[in-house]
Amino acid sequence: MDKYMDAKKRNEAYNKYVKAKIPKTKAWPSLFNSFLVGGIICCIGQGINDLILLWFPNMAEQTAWAYTLIVLIFIASFLTGIGVYDKIGKFAGGGSIVPITGFSNSITSPALEFKHEGIIYGICVKMFTVAGPVIVSGVVASFIVGVIYLFI
Amino acid sequence: MYYLWVFLIGGFVCMLGQVLIIYTNITSARILVTFVIIGVVLEAFGIFDPISEFARAGINVPIIGFGASLAKGAISAVRSKGLIGAFTGGLEATAGGIAAAILFAFIFSLIFKSKTKN
Repeated sequence: MDKYMDAKKRNEAYNKYVKAKIPKTKAWPSLFNSFLVGGIICCIGQGINDLILLWFPNMAEQTAWAYTLIVLIFIASFLTGIGVYDKIGKFAGGGSIVPITGFSNSITSPALEFKHEGIIYGICVKMFTVAGPVIVSGVVASFIVGVIYLFI
Repeated sequence: MYYLWVFLIGGFVCMLGQVLIIYTNITSARILVTFVIIGVVLEAFGIFDPISEFARAGINVPIIGFGASLAKGAISAVRSKGLIGAFTGGLEATAGGIAAAILFAFIFSLIFKSKTKN
C-alpha cells in the first residue's frame, strides 16, 4: 500500500514538473500570428487562382481551383525541402497547418526526416504518418455523405 | 476588394486551428482530420457553397476546402452513377491534390536533406 502511494505521489510530482517545463504558447500573439499567416496564404492562393483564370479564361472553375491547390502544394513542399516552412510554422502555428500547404508539409516533412531509413521504408511509408489519417477520415466521411445522398 | 474577405475569412479559419492548439494541445494530424470532417459536413448540408461564393480562397485553401470537394465529388458521382459514386466520387475529385502532394513530397525528399537531423 505504501509503495503504491509513493508511486502515485511520484507521478503527481512528475506531472507537475512536466507541466512546468512544457513551453507555454502565449495565447494572444500566437492567435494573431496564425490569423496573419493563414490570411496571407489564402490571399496567395486567391492570387494564383486569379492568374490562372487570367491566362486561361475558358478553364472551368473547378479545374482552376485544382491547379491552384497543386501550385500551393508544390510551393509548400519545396519550402519544406529547403527548411523554410518549419520556420514559418514555428511563427504561425495553426496558420501554417490548416491551409492545404500544411497538408503538403505534413507529407513532405516526415518523408524527408526518415529518408535515411531507405526509399521504401523511409520515404514511402513515413510520408503517410499524418496524411494517412486525413485521407482515411476524408474518404470514410465522403462515402457516408454519398450514401446518404443516394437515399434523399 | 474581395482579397479583404479572403484574408479575413482565411485568417479566421486558421486562427480556429490555433485556438484548438492552445486549449487542447491537439496534434497537427488531429487538426487536419478535424477540419477535413468540418469541410465534409459543411458541404453535406449545402453550407459550403454560399460561403465559398464570397470567401473564395479564404475557405478553399484551408483544408476545409479539401473536405468539401471530397463530399462534393461523392454527392455528384452518386447522382450520376448511383452507389458506385459513393466509392469513386470523393477521391476522384481530390485526386489532383493528393497525387501532387505525394509526387512533390517524393521528389523533394529525394533531392533535399533533412534539416532537423544533425
